[in-house]
Amino acid sequence: MSTLAYDGTAMLGRQLLRVRNNPALVILTQTMPISMLLFFGYVFGSALAMPGAEYRSFLVPGLLVATAANGIMTGMFQAAQDVHRGVTDRLRTLPVSRAAVPVGQAVADLVVTAVGTVPFLLVGLAVGWRIEGSAPEAVAAVGLLLLFRFACTWAGIFLGLLTRSEEAAGQLGSATFMLPLLSNAYIPTGNLPGWLRAIAEWNPISALTTALRELFGNAPVPQGAAWPVAHPVAGSLAWCAVLLAVFVPLGVRRYARGEG
Amino acid sequence: MTTTYAVLSEGLEKRFGEVRALRGLDLAVPRGTVCGVLGPNGAGKTTAVRLLTTLLRPDAGSARVAGYDLVREAAAVRRAIGVTGQYASVDGDLTGRQNLRLFARLHRMRAPNERAGELLERFGLTEAADRPASTYSGGMRRRLDLAASLVRRPEVLFLDEPTTGLDPASRGDIWDAVRELKRDGTTVLLTTQYLEEADQLADDIALVDRGLVAHTGSPDQLKAVIGTYVEVVVADPDVLVPAAGVLDRLTGGQPSFDHERVAVGAVTRDSTLTLPRLVRELDAAGVPLLDASLRPPTLDDVFLRLTAEREQEVAA
Repeated sequence: MSTLAYDGTAMLGRQLLRVRNNPALVILTQTMPISMLLFFGYVFGSALAMPGAEYRSFLVPGLLVATAANGIMTGMFQAAQDVHRGVTDRLRTLPVSRAAVPVGQAVADLVVTAVGTVPFLLVGLAVGWRIEGSAPEAVAAVGLLLLFRFACTWAGIFLGLLTRSEEAAGQLGSATFMLPLLSNAYIPTGNLPGWLRAIAEWNPISALTTALRELFGNAPVPQGAAWPVAHPVAGSLAWCAVLLAVFVPLGVRRYARGEG
Repeated sequence: MTTTYAVLSEGLEKRFGEVRALRGLDLAVPRGTVCGVLGPNGAGKTTAVRLLTTLLRPDAGSARVAGYDLVREAAAVRRAIGVTGQYASVDGDLTGRQNLRLFARLHRMRAPNERAGELLERFGLTEAADRPASTYSGGMRRRLDLAASLVRRPEVLFLDEPTTGLDPASRGDIWDAVRELKRDGTTVLLTTQYLEEADQLADDIALVDRGLVAHTGSPDQLKAVIGTYVEVVVADPDVLVPAAGVLDRLTGGQPSFDHERVAVGAVTRDSTLTLPRLVRELDAAGVPLLDASLRPPTLDDVFLRLTAEREQEVAA
């Protein structure tokens, strides 16, 4: 275990150095959710029945979760890039704990995400979003968000090691962009036809978004929703537990085994 | 554990789907020597290195590297080896110094900064040390790769085609580094497509062809087996046959004709045959020469010849 901690810290250091060497990349990944907040918040916010300021408060948790789900894409891209560039194989020839490399990548992503979310939240505050619940609830909301990001990154790491293709990661990027559209991240699901509402509410993004809205005090839990949305905190924890239970072992095993 | 061989493999096999990349590879590399694994593209050289460096698991056969079993003691093997190849590379987003520091840390070295500095100095990278590795030239990049595999002095160093794609000056740098490592007692296994490279660096050469070791020996033994290629270009197609007659008598090899270039060539294993003697004999036979040459055969010639010999053995 101490080997894992030591090697994991070294790998975390490597990922953070990459960010330090290339800060523009991190800043660029933050421009997308911010421009979506402004665009959706004012364009859709003017067209919806909900008042604009209320919609923007509703939208901030949705975009936070949608951005966290992007961890699948970034995790996959980075894992595939390391394989492609030969970094993975170099590390696999070293006496390094087998779990340290994916763990280092996932933890580093978490640190970068946590820091990168700050400017988004500042823009959120500027357009009228507020923490309307208690401080412990707000901390719980951030904790859930980061846990979900961590779980999504692990799914991405496994996919990246499996496909070994940066192109495939790019393709998946378009798919992860679509995912929140079929959830309650940008719109309330109450008016969707029954079958579509069921699909949207079983989307993990919906449980997470509802949990964040409840904990931040931005919107109440909707009536008559599917179980994960009706019990958003338990539903979110369950989704994260399932994702981690599946993708952490798969990712570590895939890394240790290589391609043969 | 002390053993005579730094690398000892028996019957290593590896299959990718339908392709049998290795069909029973036997290699024995004595400690402190440089072994050149020579073969054309697709011969199985890279697969062999990937197996011996624990990146792939063999389907059959066994091997010991630095005295440790490749499969059962993989962690101990990894502590004893260094690897450089196109697929085992450094992180281009980090600087040269950051890369070496990271590897030194992963090797549990007490002073990673000092070690990184030493290696940068030794490989002439001090000036570029704080630039991202992705901005390095091909030769610098390869030197950094090599430095990264030497962070903790390995017992056995694997170099997979270390000079492929490099300009002659950079190739010379890598060659010097290999010679220096050998002087320090490091065992080196290097793969190459260039006969000249194996000849320059290796104590022993293993010729690999289609997943098997086709021949092993010192470079001189190998050259004696391979022989020298003698070629004569004449002015007039009518004198090709008398020229072939002279070649046949001098070399004992079977002359082959290249009608387009009006040339005839043959392989000789007679080391006393020199160019002046060849020219005198041809002149005496009244063959008007345009050009004559003695050159080491290309790797293609070698493999064609070895394959032909094996087929003859099978037929006999």
